[in-house]
Amino acid sequence: MIYWQLFLAFFIPNIIGYGGGPAIIPLIENEVVGRYGWMSAEHFAQTLALGNALPSPIATKMAGYIGFDVAGTPGALIAVFATVAPSLILMLVALGVLYRFRDSIKVKSMSQWVRPVIMVLMGALVWSFFREGMQGPGLWQTLGIGTVAAALLMGTRLHPAFVVCLGLGYGALFLGR
Amino acid sequence: MLHTQGRLCLAFLRIGLLGFGGGPSMIPLVHAEVVKRYQWMSDDEFSDVLAIGNTLPGPIATKMAGTIGHRVGGLIGALNATLAVMVPCIIAMIALLGLYMAHRDERWIAGMGQGVVPVVMVMMIQLTWDFWQKARQSLGWWLAALMGLVAAGLIFGLGVHPGIVIAVLLMAALLRPEPRRHQKDQTE
Repeated sequence: MIYWQLFLAFFIPNIIGYGGGPAIIPLIENEVVGRYGWMSAEHFAQTLALGNALPSPIATKMAGYIGFDVAGTPGALIAVFATVAPSLILMLVALGVLYRFRDSIKVKSMSQWVRPVIMVLMGALVWSFFREGMQGPGLWQTLGIGTVAAALLMGTRLHPAFVVCLGLGYGALFLGR
Repeated sequence: MLHTQGRLCLAFLRIGLLGFGGGPSMIPLVHAEVVKRYQWMSDDEFSDVLAIGNTLPGPIATKMAGTIGHRVGGLIGALNATLAVMVPCIIAMIALLGLYMAHRDERWIAGMGQGVVPVVMVMMIQLTWDFWQKARQSLGWWLAALMGLVAAGLIFGLGVHPGIVIAVLLMAALLRPEPRRHQKDQTE
């Protein structure tokens, strides 16, 4: 039962998640935190942070870790399979057909029309991380860390993994009351 | 045969280990290995695979690994490349987070967990902004904002599952009447 739920929790976001790995994150949060309650929003944020600090695709790393956390190694295998296999099989099978229609306005508008929805879901994730920060480090710490992180990420184009490490270091030194 | 599979594995191992920042940031790395280093396909073929990959759902990096692996080394090649691109980092992730969860009651480790949340928040703001820019460029300011507002109302106001909203939009895009020609110029 848990394996079937795991499969569904990763199959649904990935089959409707147009726009590559990052577009899938809010959909996965919706299933894993919202629907099934397998982890808290805070634990999800930490998983996402570590995922962003490590190389390789984000969607499979999230699936692998969450699957493992929920149901051990078989859980990890099922979640990763549900993430990768359906769209890959679709791609291998439909390569010829899609190739012919890839300039079609209909096929193009499929990924374009979904963008505002993904944007809204990502905005909601921002809000939940903000509330998470309010409960933990508090408003001023959250805004301070956020502003510095934004300046480093957008101003100096420092590598995100490095910014994540700075956040971890600051927390270890000043937030571990 | 084994030689080809070994090369496939090495190429996608490199791509996976160097590809910081999620799927889309790995595309140039895939290009460097597949087109430049091993010459498994031409520039044109590569951009076709990328274009088709972008029109399908699911993560882009594993779709590209699977498709290119399939072309170079058949079904085994597809499996080989897909596993090489993702397995090492999944194992690292499970190990690191396991370590973190086991010691999260220690104060400084709990502090680390709290310190990183605002950083993730900023990264999500960046992604949200990216999607807004893309939506605005392809749909126009008004339509993108309107669709976003309606989607927000449905999902957070009425509690509709986001999957249903997205599925309905995908069906509508597929079933729409073929638009007039002048709209073609507005799409990228």
